[in-house]
Amino acid sequence: MITVSKTTASEAGRGVALRLERVRRVFENSLVVIEGMDLRIDAGEFLAILGPSGCGKSTLLRMIARLSAPDAGRIVAEPEQFQTAFVFQDAHLLPWRTTLDNTALPLELMGLDREARYSKARATLAQVGLSEAEARYPAQLSGGMRMRVSLARALVTEPRLLLMDEPFAALDEITRFNLEVQLRDLWQRRGMTVIFVTHSISEAAFLANRAVVMTRRGGKIRLDRRIDLPAGRTNDLRSDPHLGNEMKLLMAAMEEE
Amino acid sequence: MKRILPPLVPFIVITLALEWMVRGGFVPGYLVPAPSAIFRALYDSRDELAAAMAKTSAAAVIGFALSALTGIAIAVLLSSSRAIQKAFYPYAVFFQTVPIIAIAPLLVIWFGYGMKTVIASAFIVSIFPVIANTLTGLLSTDPALRDLFRLYGASAGVTLVKLRFPAALPQILTGLRVASGLAVIGAIVGEFIGGQGLGSVVDVARTQQRVDKVFAAVLLASVLGLALFGLINLISALTLRRWHASEQGA
Repeated sequence: MITVSKTTASEAGRGVALRLERVRRVFENSLVVIEGMDLRIDAGEFLAILGPSGCGKSTLLRMIARLSAPDAGRIVAEPEQFQTAFVFQDAHLLPWRTTLDNTALPLELMGLDREARYSKARATLAQVGLSEAEARYPAQLSGGMRMRVSLARALVTEPRLLLMDEPFAALDEITRFNLEVQLRDLWQRRGMTVIFVTHSISEAAFLANRAVVMTRRGGKIRLDRRIDLPAGRTNDLRSDPHLGNEMKLLMAAMEEE
Repeated sequence: MKRILPPLVPFIVITLALEWMVRGGFVPGYLVPAPSAIFRALYDSRDELAAAMAKTSAAAVIGFALSALTGIAIAVLLSSSRAIQKAFYPYAVFFQTVPIIAIAPLLVIWFGYGMKTVIASAFIVSIFPVIANTLTGLLSTDPALRDLFRLYGASAGVTLVKLRFPAALPQILTGLRVASGLAVIGAIVGEFIGGQGLGSVVDVARTQQRVDKVFAAVLLASVLGLALFGLINLISALTLRRWHASEQGA
C-alpha cells in the first residue's frame, strides 16, 4: 500500500523552515540568473530542485547557504541561527587527510577538541558504513566511498539544513541507487531539512517529498509538486508504477522547458 | 640500487668514452681533459676543493633557504588580495629578469667581498620560481573547499594553514626544486666576483689554463646542485606520498 509521507513533529523540530521572498540574483556580467523567486520550504522537508543546466539551481543553493547574498529580496530562516552543511557534486575531500580527519574537519574548524570531534566523526562514519576505512586517504577510496565520506563530513555537525548540489551525478548507477536509499534513511532518522539539486528526474522522484522544477531562464518555478510515495524508500520502489507516474509528471514539466 | 643504476650506467659509459677519445687524440686534452685527469685534479687539490666546496655549499644553502622563506612569505602576501598582487607582482618579476652577472659588481659594492655577496647572488637568482609557483598554488585552491571553510566560519589564517597552504604544497615543492639548482648557479656567479668557493677556484684555474681543475670544480658544483635537488625530492616524497599523484605509483 502506498502511503503519502508526512513530516513528523520530531523531524520538524530538527529541521529549518525557509522562506524565499522575491529573491533576485544577477551575475557580474549583468546576466539575471534568478528574478523574483518566491519559495517556502517547510522544516524537515526533503525538497528536490530540478531544472536545465544554467537555470540557477546552484546559485540558489549558494544563497540559501549564505555563501552569496541575493541582490534583491530576502531569505528568511526559522530559526535564524542554525548549522548548514553542503555536499558538492564531487566529494571535494582534502587529499592529505584520512577519512577520519576529513570527516572531523567541520568540527575542527568549529573549535571542538580532538577527542570530541573524533568520537563524533567515528559515529557518523559508522552511520554511512565507513568505519573500516577511517585510516585511509581519499586516493585509496572508490568514488562511492569518497562521496560517503563527503556525506559523513556534512552530517557530522548534525546540521539542521543539508544542501546537496548534484552529489551523486558522477557515480555509477548501482552506487548511486544505494547512496540514495542511505541518504533517505539518514534523513528519516535525523529529520533535517534537505534541499537536493539534481538533473535526474528519477533521483528527484525517488528521494524527495516535494520536487520543484525551475524554468530555463529567470529562476521561475514551473512545477511545485508533492511526491506521493511511501516514507520508507528502498530499491524495490524503483519498479513501482507510482514512482513512474511521478517521474512522468516531472518529465512533462522539464520537457516544456 | 634500482634508482641509482639507471643514471650510473650512462655516467660510466660517457666517462669511459671520453677517456678513450682524449687518449686516442680525437679530442685535445687542453680543451676537454680526460676523466682520469679530472679525478687526479680532484685528488691533488682535495684540501683546496673541499674548503671551496664547503663555502659554496654554505652560501648556496643559506641563499636557497632565504629565498624559500622570503619567496613563500611574499607569495602569501601577494595572494591575500587582488590589488596587492596587481601592484607588486611586476616587481617580483624583476628577480626573474635581472641579469645577475651585471648586478654582481653592485652586490660587491653593497656587501663587500665574501660570503654576503655570494649569498645575495644565490638569493636573487633563486627567489622568483618560489614566488611564482607558490602564488600559483595558493591561487588555485578548490573554490568548493573555500566555500566549505567559510561555511564553518574558518578565519583567513585558519584557511591558509589548513587548506590553501597544504593544497599548494605540490607547486611550492616544484618551485623549490627549480630554485635549488638556481641557488647553486647564483652562488657560483657571485663567487666569480665576490671571490671565494668553487667559483673562485674556477676563475683562478681558468687563468692558469688548468682545465682539469676547472672541470673538477664544475663537477663538485653539479654534485652540490644534485644534493640540494635530492633533498627537495626527499621532502616531496615524505610529504606528498600518501596523497599526490606526483609521488604515487612511480
